[in-house]
Amino acid sequence: MTALLTVDRLSIATQARQLVRNLSFSIAPGERLGLIGESGSGKSLTSLALIGLLPETMAATGSIRLDGTEVIGAGERQLVALRGPAAATIFQEPLTALDPLMRVGRQVGEVVRRRLRHEGLPSSAPAVQTRVLELLSRVALPDPERLARVYPHEMSGGQRQRVAIAMALAWRPKLLVADEPTTALDVTTQAEILALIGQLVREDNMALLFISHDIPVVAGTVDRVAVLRQGELVEAGPVSDVLQAPADPYTRSLVAAARTFDTALGRLF
Amino acid sequence: MNGTAGSMPQTEGKMTRRTIPLSLIVGGVIVGLHLLAGLLTLFWTPYDPTAMVGGRLAGPSLAHWAGTDRLGRDLFTQILIGARIAIEVGSGAVAIGAAIGVTLGILAAFATRTLDDVFAAAFDILIAFPTLLVAMLIVAASQTASLFTAVLAIGIAGSAIIARLTRILAKRVLSMDYIVAARVAGSSWPSIVVVHVLPNIWPTLIVNLALQFGLAAMAESSLSYLGLGAPPPNASWGRLLQEAQGTVYTAPFGAIAPGIALVTLVIGVNLLADGLRAFADPTRRGRR
Repeated sequence: MTALLTVDRLSIATQARQLVRNLSFSIAPGERLGLIGESGSGKSLTSLALIGLLPETMAATGSIRLDGTEVIGAGERQLVALRGPAAATIFQEPLTALDPLMRVGRQVGEVVRRRLRHEGLPSSAPAVQTRVLELLSRVALPDPERLARVYPHEMSGGQRQRVAIAMALAWRPKLLVADEPTTALDVTTQAEILALIGQLVREDNMALLFISHDIPVVAGTVDRVAVLRQGELVEAGPVSDVLQAPADPYTRSLVAAARTFDTALGRLF
Repeated sequence: MNGTAGSMPQTEGKMTRRTIPLSLIVGGVIVGLHLLAGLLTLFWTPYDPTAMVGGRLAGPSLAHWAGTDRLGRDLFTQILIGARIAIEVGSGAVAIGAAIGVTLGILAAFATRTLDDVFAAAFDILIAFPTLLVAMLIVAASQTASLFTAVLAIGIAGSAIIARLTRILAKRVLSMDYIVAARVAGSSWPSIVVVHVLPNIWPTLIVNLALQFGLAAMAESSLSYLGLGAPPPNASWGRLLQEAQGTVYTAPFGAIAPGIALVTLVIGVNLLADGLRAFADPTRRGRR
């Protein structure tokens, strides 16, 4: 079986500091992997490196093969071709992930049109509009025709994140990278977004790389987890194994912390 | 879905009509009048601007609304022509300045770090020279004082400020998540500039361009005042002011009238730009 994404001994460093060290993992088509770690452990950097979007001050070494293409050292043209069809990303902060001066429908439409052109399909305005409305209703936005005409600041945070998900889905990517997609949302909305991502990934049979610091959030969404600490992989395996019988002391402390928190909440209510 | 649907800004999209800001109306009327006056002179003027039609240094009267100059030429006619020249110079200089400035600014914003530093330093050095001085240098270097050299000189001199502003604004936009999102979705750099960067820096840029328009109109007057702008018989406001200087105590209106014309044009353009920005920015709509 060939993996969709293989990361082999990935290291990311600035001139002064080593940020990610010897990270290796792989994702098979349709598989869902969770990348867990505290703030600053290199999770988001890894997700940027996957699609060749590290800031120019950082250098990546090792190997990242995404859908058969080596990402590290690839030229911008190759990377542009890869972004979208191979991997799409949902970001943490839905407010800044949308252009404030562009109506929502047009933003999604930009991506849709690019895909239609890429696949040689007609990309007339009505064709694009139809797909945009389809996508907006797929992410369970109420009244897509009205919402397509509003600006991002006129929507709620949850709705914006749904739009961001619609934009990521527009490419029908093989791998969906979700970089803490629920951190900026309140708990109720968080649950809805998680359910939505889970459902969409299953429906389209996409692979999912789910990045989070929140163990309970990850546990319900993915098959396998990898735990990062200060840029190093400390433990990886199926969700149930890692969370029920953590082998590494760091994972154990993370799980214990999550449990204490849950118990505390349980006592309160 | 009721958890997200009930949030407050939801209905805003329906409720806010595009209310037209007062500054847009006032600025539009003032600039419109100047524009109309300028256009009118292409076809018709009250008097022949070079003909001596009245007594010398006459005050305002029904026949000569702004009086006459020391050769007995009608001042109102010359001020109308001056409006055309000011608008020509203003828009020409802003067009040249924006073409050079926005291009360089965007390039600098996209450039690698070292190249960007070079750009930024170059802009700062250019800005350190007073605009008028640079314009005078360029006019002097071209050896002929004509309206075109004045426009070119003012445009080039103003481009550094536009370039620096564009660079900063573009850099701020480029650091936003939606740019990363667009890149993740496979957008190329040129399409990012057209789709995201220019629309997002436009509201701030337009106000600055209007300021530049006002400055350019004033710079042209200054150049003409110094004899480096449009040569006579072009009735530039600056030349009118210069000619009225010698008789400012005996016939003050000869200096006051072109002065008023210049000031109202500059104020009008600034109001118009501010109104345009408030009108065009969807996030500010309906907030005043």
